[in-house]
Amino acid sequence: MALEPSDVMRAAHLARLAMNDVDAAGYVDDLGRILAMVDQLQEVDTHGVAPLAHPLDSTQRLRADEVTERDQRDHFQRVAPAVENGLYLVPRVVE
Amino acid sequence: MMQWETVIGLEVHVQLATKSKIFSGASTAFGAEPNSQACAVDLGLPGVLPVLNEQAVAMAVKFGLGINAEIPEVSVFDRKNYFYPDLPKGYQTSQMYHPIVGAGDVEISLDDGATKRIRVHHAHLEEDAGKSLHEDFHGMTGIDLNRAGTPLLEIVSEPDMRSAKEAAAYLKAIHAIVTYLGISDGNMAEGSMRCDVNVSVRPKGQEAFGTRAEVKNVNSFRFVERAIAFEVERQIELLEDGGTVVQETRLYDPEADETRSMRTKEEANDYRYFPCPDLLPVVLDRAYVDHLRSTLPELPAEKRARFEGELGLSAYDASVLASSRATAEYFEVVKDACGDAKHAANWVMGELSGALNRENLAIEQSPVAAEQLGGLVARVLDDTINGKAAKQVFQALWNGEGDSADAIIDAKGLKQVTDSGAIEAMIDQVIADSPVQVAQYRDAEPDKRGKMIGYFVGQVMKASRGTANPQQVNALLKEKLDQA
Amino acid sequence: MHDQTLTQLARALADGEVSSRELTQTLLGRIERLDGRLNSFISITQEQALAAADAADALRAKGQAGPLTGLPLALKDIFCTNGVKTSCGSKMLDNFIAPYDACVVEKLKAAGTVSLGKTNMDEFAMGSSNENSHYGPVKNPWDLDAVPGGSSGGSAAAVAAGLVPAAMGTDTGGSIRQPAAFCGITGLKPTYGRVSRYGIIAYASSLDQAGPMARTAEDCALLLGAIAGHDLRDSTSVARGVPDYRAELGESLSGLKIGLPREYFGDGLAPEVEQAVREAIKVYESLGASIHEVSLPHTHYAIPAYYVIAPAEASSNLSRFDGVRFGHRCDAPSDLIDLYKRSRDEGFGSEVKRRILIGTHTLSEGFFDAYYTQAQKVRRLIRQDFLDAFEEVDVLMGPASPTPAFDLGANKDPVSMYLQDIYTIAVNLAGIPGISVPAGFVGSRPVGLQILGPHFAESQLLNVAHQFQQATDWHQRRPALAEESA
Repeated sequence: MALEPSDVMRAAHLARLAMNDVDAAGYVDDLGRILAMVDQLQEVDTHGVAPLAHPLDSTQRLRADEVTERDQRDHFQRVAPAVENGLYLVPRVVE
Repeated sequence: MMQWETVIGLEVHVQLATKSKIFSGASTAFGAEPNSQACAVDLGLPGVLPVLNEQAVAMAVKFGLGINAEIPEVSVFDRKNYFYPDLPKGYQTSQMYHPIVGAGDVEISLDDGATKRIRVHHAHLEEDAGKSLHEDFHGMTGIDLNRAGTPLLEIVSEPDMRSAKEAAAYLKAIHAIVTYLGISDGNMAEGSMRCDVNVSVRPKGQEAFGTRAEVKNVNSFRFVERAIAFEVERQIELLEDGGTVVQETRLYDPEADETRSMRTKEEANDYRYFPCPDLLPVVLDRAYVDHLRSTLPELPAEKRARFEGELGLSAYDASVLASSRATAEYFEVVKDACGDAKHAANWVMGELSGALNRENLAIEQSPVAAEQLGGLVARVLDDTINGKAAKQVFQALWNGEGDSADAIIDAKGLKQVTDSGAIEAMIDQVIADSPVQVAQYRDAEPDKRGKMIGYFVGQVMKASRGTANPQQVNALLKEKLDQA
Repeated sequence: MHDQTLTQLARALADGEVSSRELTQTLLGRIERLDGRLNSFISITQEQALAAADAADALRAKGQAGPLTGLPLALKDIFCTNGVKTSCGSKMLDNFIAPYDACVVEKLKAAGTVSLGKTNMDEFAMGSSNENSHYGPVKNPWDLDAVPGGSSGGSAAAVAAGLVPAAMGTDTGGSIRQPAAFCGITGLKPTYGRVSRYGIIAYASSLDQAGPMARTAEDCALLLGAIAGHDLRDSTSVARGVPDYRAELGESLSGLKIGLPREYFGDGLAPEVEQAVREAIKVYESLGASIHEVSLPHTHYAIPAYYVIAPAEASSNLSRFDGVRFGHRCDAPSDLIDLYKRSRDEGFGSEVKRRILIGTHTLSEGFFDAYYTQAQKVRRLIRQDFLDAFEEVDVLMGPASPTPAFDLGANKDPVSMYLQDIYTIAVNLAGIPGISVPAGFVGSRPVGLQILGPHFAESQLLNVAHQFQQATDWHQRRPALAEESA
């Protein structure tokens, strides 16, 4: 599947990565070759094969509904770029 | 003039009443200091991992059983990827392809007492997002992640509703089911239940659906009706003017009572769902599901049927009383205390409900306890008090003037006088004091006398301070007046 | 002292020949003197290390020392370490002081080990050469012109240079085994789920697994016993008892069936590497093992499948680095989108962005089934290849990498770099354990023999590796740099 610059720009936007046209051209080249390598997957006959999401066939363990965490806000917010009154700050979100 | 039909489907998000979050051990309590209940997992700190809450699973399954849904053996969590400041990990853990609850249905009751089945497509578990606070922080938005990770059950209906009233009735039915099951507090003001509405219109008789708009932020029973009414009118006007409905997301503004396009720069969302590699498939064995089934309480539809069938209530009364768990439980206590379902129903839906409405109270907040009301109704039924005195007793109970109907009856001397000697004496006195009225009565044609007797009854009741048995007074009066 | 194994040092500590403080000071001194040339550490935690060493010595004085008490080691900078910068090799986390300990770190602390610091790595564990680090490349102690391998290149180089006797790594597609091979040390990737991933900054969650890197299989056994086990905080961690891995190191290899996957000895394998591996296999024959050729028919598709699955998971895992709650935030963002896009553009290096873009693209509408679903199906076939092979043989052997360590800067093209992982990557897709042991040299550069076993066969794998190390001395060779006294 050929990769277009618009595919790269679209992926960059979805992934929230700044990307100008010059960057995009470089990525079209790199990603195009990676995808060409990946395209070999299409050769494999996977008819009737179920997808495998986890290497072990285990099932989800459930946790008891108990409050085990205490308030560590100040500790966690020490690594935050911008906080005020306990809130994380971001540029104004327009709804 | 074209006839239009409205087609409505609802997505209801119900916050499950777990103590801790769906994937972490942080508290879900409402109203805490910002970010004080956002633990490392809720914040999406590097390296943290989710572990699924057993109660969230149990509650979802109970809901599924409550709507007669199939419970698939395996369900899977997926990641829904998008960036938003209240979504800490950049993805929401949800269930896209293998939800925990399959297809089921919900019975709704309409104003005329009729019922209708609304199909539920599926219900899935997911995590709630945090909240953005838009007060002014130097032109910034503040993010509180306390709500992030609260378990949500998203209940997706089929487009089976045909009016705003049906949609509201469906929402009420879901509310009743989740509160009956005790899996949510159903508090819409605190956001425990939130609703998105898909609305379209089509010419009556047309099979194909019209283009729908999704209306978000419809968070009360009243707003559901109003938002749909507005949206239907908007779409019909648009179509009748030769326009077309655009498939879009709209926001309901309760203050302006209108829906507005969310004009999100119309970038097509691409959520890139894929199975969450940090969570394994959830496998529910039969025994577990059967065990949960055995714990289910009687649900609204069953209750309604029992109230109508076994207790002999009208369809309307049965559906009103069964509509909320609190009302139903209140009614049943009154009924058991007084031994008469119809009288109990009349009192709960009449005197009590009127008083609650006047004071804007929920039944859980009623100053008159169900046992007290039952005691009162019992005294009416055994003729201890008459109807007038009963209203006095109710008011006294409401005002907290006594612990029980009996205590108030005693204290106020409201016990009905049924001693015919005493009543006779009062009647004789009234007849003696009203010679003019007695003469008029006796001169009147027998068919006019019925009306005229009211005066004497009133006088006797007054003399008894309301405690005389009105039927007895009536009969004795008739006897004495007609004698001469 | 610095060239001893963990096991030897444990004995020296127990016998009172040396204190943990002395050992720690000696090694901190070596790091100070030698690491300028290697760049194997991102952070050196001298203060915490000395405090931990003193605590260990105090514990020993009270007679409460365990088998690992006082032993120094290092942690790949992917393990969250409370109060210590945990950068994951990225500018994105250059300012990130982790507010909690990873499960592995907790366990190692509880066992009384002394961490000397955080080792260099490819950014977010994406790379096979350690050239993708924000903190610069790591040099191979055997040859400063060569890469140490990646992504756990700092851990491998530090152990090889005698800066620490052991270090923790993580392996998503070969990131323990390949650098272990390139640096001439022993590195074990355990079965997926054997070691908790809690607190390990995720690259590809269904593939990531932590493991020990040390001088010998015996040391790896000692460390695995300390870090393995069920962790309630990791849903993918397996509830299964942890055997005493060292207790099982004495088993004879007589009757052991070794499978040689045909596909691991084909085109692209450097002849000198093949020769070293074949020599090693002869050693096993002399120890009583039998050799069988087997086939892993879908080997060729492991790299394509990996480069769909790993970037897909990574693109989602790395979305949390958005400049809001931690990590790099751009200056004066004009709006929310600008905050996201510039913070992420500035914080991530080019290989990380490449994989995020690949993952985002392959998960997109219209591509998902052809790429992701197909890759997951191929993943099942790849796992089945291994399950089938282990019906026939006990372990599989082959090279850890098709070449010895290559020159710094030699692999500019991402695809040719990816192809370096041909022998290691399928193992992660299948979730089985693998170990790389030193098995010779090509010139000055070490060659690694890779040994693979069925799920949870770590005991057997470690014994098979240990028996080889009883019969050979490749693992005792030290680079000249390590012996410099200056």
